[in-house]
Amino acid sequence: MSPEEELQSNVSVASSTRNIVGVLKEHNYLGLSDCSSVGSSNLSGLADDDKATISLKATELTLGLPGSQSPARDTELNSLGPAKLDEKLFFPLLPSKDEICSSSQKNIASGNKRGFADTMDKVPVYTEKNWMFPEAVVATQSVIKKEVTQNIPKGKLSTTNNSSSPPAAKAQIVGWPPVRSYRKNTLATTCKNSDEVDGKPGSGPLFVKVSMDGAPYLRKVDLRSYTNYGELSAALEKMFTTFTLGQCGTSGATGKDVRNETKLKDLLNGKDYVLTYEDKDGDWMLVGDFSWEIFIGVCKKLKIMKGCDAIGLAAAPAPRTMEKSKMRA
Amino acid sequence: MGASSTLLMVSHGHCLLCLLFSVVRFIYIKTFNSFDSFRIKSLPSLPSLSLSPSLVLMDRRFPFKVLEHIFSFVDSNEDRNSVSLVCKSWFETERRTRKRVFVGNCYAVSPLKVARRFPKMRSLTLKGKPHFADYNLVPDGWGGYAWPWIEAMAARRPFLEEIRLKRMVVTDECLEKIAASFRDFKTLVLTSCEGFSTDGIAAIASTCRKLRDLELRECIVDDLGGDWLSYFPETSTSLVSLDFSCLDSEVKLSDLERLLSRSPNLKSLKLNRSVTLDVLESLLRRAPQLVELGTGSFSDELDPEEIAKLTKALSELKQLKSLSGLWDLLPEYIPLLYSLCPRLTSLNLSYATVQMPDLIDLLSRCSKLQKLWVMDLIEDKGLKTVALCCKELRELRVFPSGADLDETDVTLTEQGLVSVSEGCPKLESVLYFCVQFTNAALVSIAKNRPNFRCFRLCVMEPFAPDYRTQQPLDEGFKAIVERCKDLRRLSVSGLLTDKAFEYIGVHAKKLRMLSIAFAGDSDLMLHHLLSGCQSLKKLEIRDCPFGDTALLENAAKLETMRSLWMSSCFVSFGACKQLSQKMPRLNVEVIDEHPPKTRPDSSPVERIYIYRTVAGPRLDTPEFVWTIHKSPEVGVSRLSIR
Repeated sequence: MSPEEELQSNVSVASSTRNIVGVLKEHNYLGLSDCSSVGSSNLSGLADDDKATISLKATELTLGLPGSQSPARDTELNSLGPAKLDEKLFFPLLPSKDEICSSSQKNIASGNKRGFADTMDKVPVYTEKNWMFPEAVVATQSVIKKEVTQNIPKGKLSTTNNSSSPPAAKAQIVGWPPVRSYRKNTLATTCKNSDEVDGKPGSGPLFVKVSMDGAPYLRKVDLRSYTNYGELSAALEKMFTTFTLGQCGTSGATGKDVRNETKLKDLLNGKDYVLTYEDKDGDWMLVGDFSWEIFIGVCKKLKIMKGCDAIGLAAAPAPRTMEKSKMRA
Repeated sequence: MGASSTLLMVSHGHCLLCLLFSVVRFIYIKTFNSFDSFRIKSLPSLPSLSLSPSLVLMDRRFPFKVLEHIFSFVDSNEDRNSVSLVCKSWFETERRTRKRVFVGNCYAVSPLKVARRFPKMRSLTLKGKPHFADYNLVPDGWGGYAWPWIEAMAARRPFLEEIRLKRMVVTDECLEKIAASFRDFKTLVLTSCEGFSTDGIAAIASTCRKLRDLELRECIVDDLGGDWLSYFPETSTSLVSLDFSCLDSEVKLSDLERLLSRSPNLKSLKLNRSVTLDVLESLLRRAPQLVELGTGSFSDELDPEEIAKLTKALSELKQLKSLSGLWDLLPEYIPLLYSLCPRLTSLNLSYATVQMPDLIDLLSRCSKLQKLWVMDLIEDKGLKTVALCCKELRELRVFPSGADLDETDVTLTEQGLVSVSEGCPKLESVLYFCVQFTNAALVSIAKNRPNFRCFRLCVMEPFAPDYRTQQPLDEGFKAIVERCKDLRRLSVSGLLTDKAFEYIGVHAKKLRMLSIAFAGDSDLMLHHLLSGCQSLKKLEIRDCPFGDTALLENAAKLETMRSLWMSSCFVSFGACKQLSQKMPRLNVEVIDEHPPKTRPDSSPVERIYIYRTVAGPRLDTPEFVWTIHKSPEVGVSRLSIR
């Protein structure tokens, strides 16, 4: 029978639901009638007891991280015939990423659900293989789909917005839950910012306010977008040039310090300004004494002060030499 | 009062249409389908029409003039589409009077045709990418380019005043072309668009002298800095609505202040996140007439004096009805908003990570609230408060806050939605993200609120059954579609079998848009939907186990729909070919980012997007999109002429 005729025959029995199910069982959408028929009987109409047994599997205690295939599942697959073994071959364990090792197993089990496979975009070749061998794969898909879907334990499947938490074994399904990427990105920033406030290191932008004596408004800078003091000072210069007197000449590198903090001081001192920051304890320190990484960990606010105001403001780690009220003047 | 005055003075399009239909039918019978020989004397239903003899001679123009006038009262585009199908002369008259043109799929028709058909067009609304593009299911570069449309309109319709684009790729050249070509340009609304930078916005700001609305809603913009704001000329005073909430970089406060000071008509202002709280007061002082306000970040530390000033500025906004923004809202600043609450009809807290107790304080004061967008931090308790206090609520959206699902201490369950459905009699639109759900809850919700028009439930765990009974959610959704007879939009989730879709197919008669993910058992599901659901226009499916049979059986249905999206389903390449050959006016596009080397007919395809079109296969497909060719020998065609 040509596929066309097969489909016609399917159409002709469209009157009764049962018949359609029966027809569809016999000929899956590819017209393959043999290997799937045995398995398809498992799918018939989803009898309640089937569902119950299937969902029991979901509650089985398994070894390994949630979402991974239990050994029992593997043997099931093996018992389903050679075609299924082929399928296993086509979903080799994805390498390297330890934390997603088990999620990769889950991907194998649920490889027919392209949503999972889609997300493993770092190894596209595996998903491609999936589609290259339709005889084996597709048949197995239609059979094991139901079992697979029931086996996926609850609550482990959704993607999280909060990327600062360890991803662990949670497979990320592309586009699920269906939240607009704009919202996801915005919330990710929010989460990271709030993480910062709590002192946890985040990996997102780290905005701190920069105020300057005599400027009418504050600016904000993302400390993570710079990698050293030199970049920060250049950026601040650009922002506040309108308020500084004269050109900001590049005072030659003193050559005595590779980390540029002295350069920063020189630049600003040359205009009679110093850059200070408020740390987590609320104390105002001169910028430049810590390494950059430590600095961005402790800095909460920046302030460009006139040199004369900063007299007595010792560099870290000798805080508390100036009262805060003076700082805010 | 004669029929004439009725004809000319009644402003409701429908009444007029009915009357006109009966008149026209009479005319048809009387004059044997010949409008040329129409004579006023043969119109008994217009006895008191006193027309001069010269008008009697202008028998050709009479129907047009009257028709034109009547059609000018017909607003809805659907009605206009029906009107244009009656006869050639109605088609002509209607097309000459249509001012607002809506094209739901930019590839369904060619821009040239639209430009030529509607000479009086003043407003153009276009939608590009499929809806699932919002969730990263459509790869970048798929299409949806605005340029051909802008180019066509610029050449032929220079009096165009409004352009609204959704999910399209808009480049700076497009924006510059708009600015240069439409001298009366008033409204630009870009929703979920991408491809342009702030330079393009600057071009619009500087050149469109009559600009009224400039709204960038959730666009991805190449943000080159805040200078664009300074491009509004000093003489520009016509702004009514400005929304730049999706931009990242800072704008100069002084520019913004000056713009506000000289925009007395400004009703809607949505700032971006980098506008800090300390400057908000000075902005609000200059725009106390605002009806819609989107604040910037709401988290800076203010000293008591600043707080007092801000409180006062907020309380001066006597006309404010809609509040949004509120990024990083700190609980201690919530009392500042109390003065606004009693008048608020729309509140968007979906970016405010505020916990439930603080939310209750705020929401209990918003008795006039009609639209509430909030995060799941509101919890069931918060929604109970909403049910008690916000009796005018029409739309509720609860978004996930992104907490890990199994570590969540957010107790938002189905009970929250049940309480709101009980307490808010006008509720008609819901988007609800929840971890799990029950059939009982869905049944209660349907019983309480049969007036739903839009019901979108996202049970975040795929294949999650009713957690109390372990049954699929079939019965729950059955209740929803049975009772909510006006349902226009539905999104289903959780564990669903084919039965659920049988119910939907049978009962959801007015359903226009349906979104499905991780559901169903077999082709039956799709068959139920495509053979039922009389009004279905947009169907989008992901990760469901069916494909060919149902698709081919119901191919004719696809031409009555705007589009069908299927991704990660079992649709074979052969079926796509068959479908495309069977239905000449459908574009069957295969989207495959990892195409196999050979494509036998049985090979499944990653994603398909099928839409009806009179424009033929599109010419701008990228390398990962194939339009299935109509002729059987050629497998696929990819005409890539940009």
